[in-house]
Amino acid sequence: MKSVDLVIVGGGPAGMSAAVAAYDAGIKDILILERDKSLGGILRQCIHNGFGLHRFKEELTGPEYAYRYEIQVKERNIPFKTETMVLDISEDKVVTAMNSTDGMFQIKAKAIILAMGCRERPKGALNIAGTRPAGIFTAGTAQKFVNMDGYMPGKKVVILGSGDIGLIMARRMTLEGAEVKAVCELMPYSGGLARNIEQCLNDFGIPLMLSHTVVEIHGKERVEGVTIAKVDDRRRPIPETKQYIECDTLLLSCGLLPENELTRAAGISIDRITSGAVVDENRQTDIEGVFACGNVLHVHDLVDYVSEESDIAGKAAARYIKGENAAALPCTVELETDGRVRYTVPQRIVGKEDVTVYFRVADVFRDIKITVRDGERVIISKKKQKVAPGEMETVKITKDMLASLEGNKLTFSIE
Amino acid sequence: MKRELTCIVCPKGCQLTVELEGKEIISISGHTCKRGEDYARTECTAPMRTVTTTAAIIGGGVVPVKTDRVIPKELMFECMKEINKARVSPDAKLGDVVVENVLGTGANVVTTRNAKI
Ligand SMILES: Cc1cc2nc3c(=O)[nH]c(=O)nc-3n(C[C@H](O)[C@H](O)[C@H](O)COP(=O)(O)OP(=O)(O)OC[C@H]3O[C@@H](n4cnc5c(N)ncnc54)[C@H](O)[C@@H]3O)c2cc1C
Repeated sequence: MKSVDLVIVGGGPAGMSAAVAAYDAGIKDILILERDKSLGGILRQCIHNGFGLHRFKEELTGPEYAYRYEIQVKERNIPFKTETMVLDISEDKVVTAMNSTDGMFQIKAKAIILAMGCRERPKGALNIAGTRPAGIFTAGTAQKFVNMDGYMPGKKVVILGSGDIGLIMARRMTLEGAEVKAVCELMPYSGGLARNIEQCLNDFGIPLMLSHTVVEIHGKERVEGVTIAKVDDRRRPIPETKQYIECDTLLLSCGLLPENELTRAAGISIDRITSGAVVDENRQTDIEGVFACGNVLHVHDLVDYVSEESDIAGKAAARYIKGENAAALPCTVELETDGRVRYTVPQRIVGKEDVTVYFRVADVFRDIKITVRDGERVIISKKKQKVAPGEMETVKITKDMLASLEGNKLTFSIE
Repeated sequence: MKRELTCIVCPKGCQLTVELEGKEIISISGHTCKRGEDYARTECTAPMRTVTTTAAIIGGGVVPVKTDRVIPKELMFECMKEINKARVSPDAKLGDVVVENVLGTGANVVTTRNAKI
């Protein structure tokens, strides 16, 4: 069986950043496996701007951001195989993959980085009454049609869900001449970035209908309209508020879900909340030498953070291969949440260095303090005007804090 | 008069408050960087946007493009029309100009990836 130091599953921004970081840390024997026709991942279809402000200090579009990394991969001659699908990863790090030239093949890896990204939640359509005519798409599928294939999926559009992809598509389809009649959001707040509500909806006078949902889809062959209604505080539609909207297209933008079939099959523990692997600050999973980064680990709204995280994973994988962080370190600190903080990544800290902890909150909270406790003792208290589920937050646990911990648990809460 | 804005310069999305007297800006608050302050100023006087879309490649397919700087917001749809008239060479490279000085705005429309994948 062929053996390789580092196999990276997925050639999106996460896989490419991780590959470059591992290479620069001295690991040259790398193989990236990507099932699509080219490197770049989902960014290839995200043609709008706003990427890279953190990372490159300039505003790039998705394809430009991806290209910056593609060049770095190619300059280093890091090997990659496209149109190659990874089918299985075993606990002893044998990767099984398939493509049309090599057929089915296996590679023994010293370390593996999982960077499979995420896909859209198909739910949302499932429990709507009425017919199932043509004209119902996820926002991401519509994005691919319009931006990659140059094909408009419809003329009169209703969007269910106000995630960023839905907001971006509202603007995109409007610019291409469609009429976007409304964006309905079940929750009383939007899951998308404030800037996208401003520049994608408000700029074009597209109404954002909070606490609203689609209750029925009409049409035989093609969508002819939808019935929407306001929901009460238990998210049940209020019958008196029903209204009919004529449209030929319904886009669903109900959030993203990490693509972790391979991870589960390998027996790696999955966090119930993130739907990604449970990792330490090196982004190492509970199988030694298997790392995860990017959207497969938790959904990021900013690709800049994806690159940051993938750097960490790439460097850690390199150290692991060189035997520098020998065996999985004993877990020292578990990170817990109060529910108002929904999750943290990483979920545990095994080392002694500074760690940036990423997390999301469960609801919109105003004038609060983000608090981190070691037992009863408050070690961080950070004031915030507003936190929202759509925006990822960070706090830094310094090495001094880690050195002076009394317990082996840190609790994250909103107060 | 007070105007509440959401800054679109970066994903932070700061809530800005601009105090105006007629067209004159008295004060700007809520921003956390210089670019936010500039945004508030232009947004209240002459709002500007970047346009991103696709252009047709000769022989089929599309390539993503953008205006290489912001253009007046009210010209977005006109700009789309100009871009939709353009035809891009299948050999175009990232950054090639597709429409020069679009609508006299001083912005060029440029490709954001190579036409060939
Ligand atoms: C439809 C959609 C639109 C988005 N729009 C935006 C946006 O506008 N702005 C923004 O900041 N973020 C957006 N995101 C989030 C975006 O995904 C991240 O910012 C970033 O692209 C994540 O990088 P990644 O490498 O983790 O995942 P991806 O870019 O998804 O890359 C994962 C790669 O892994 C490959 N892969 C998966 N499984 C396998 C396998 N078994 N074998 C081989 N290869 C495999 C995939 O083909 C893909 O190329 C969007 C996400 C989606 C799904």
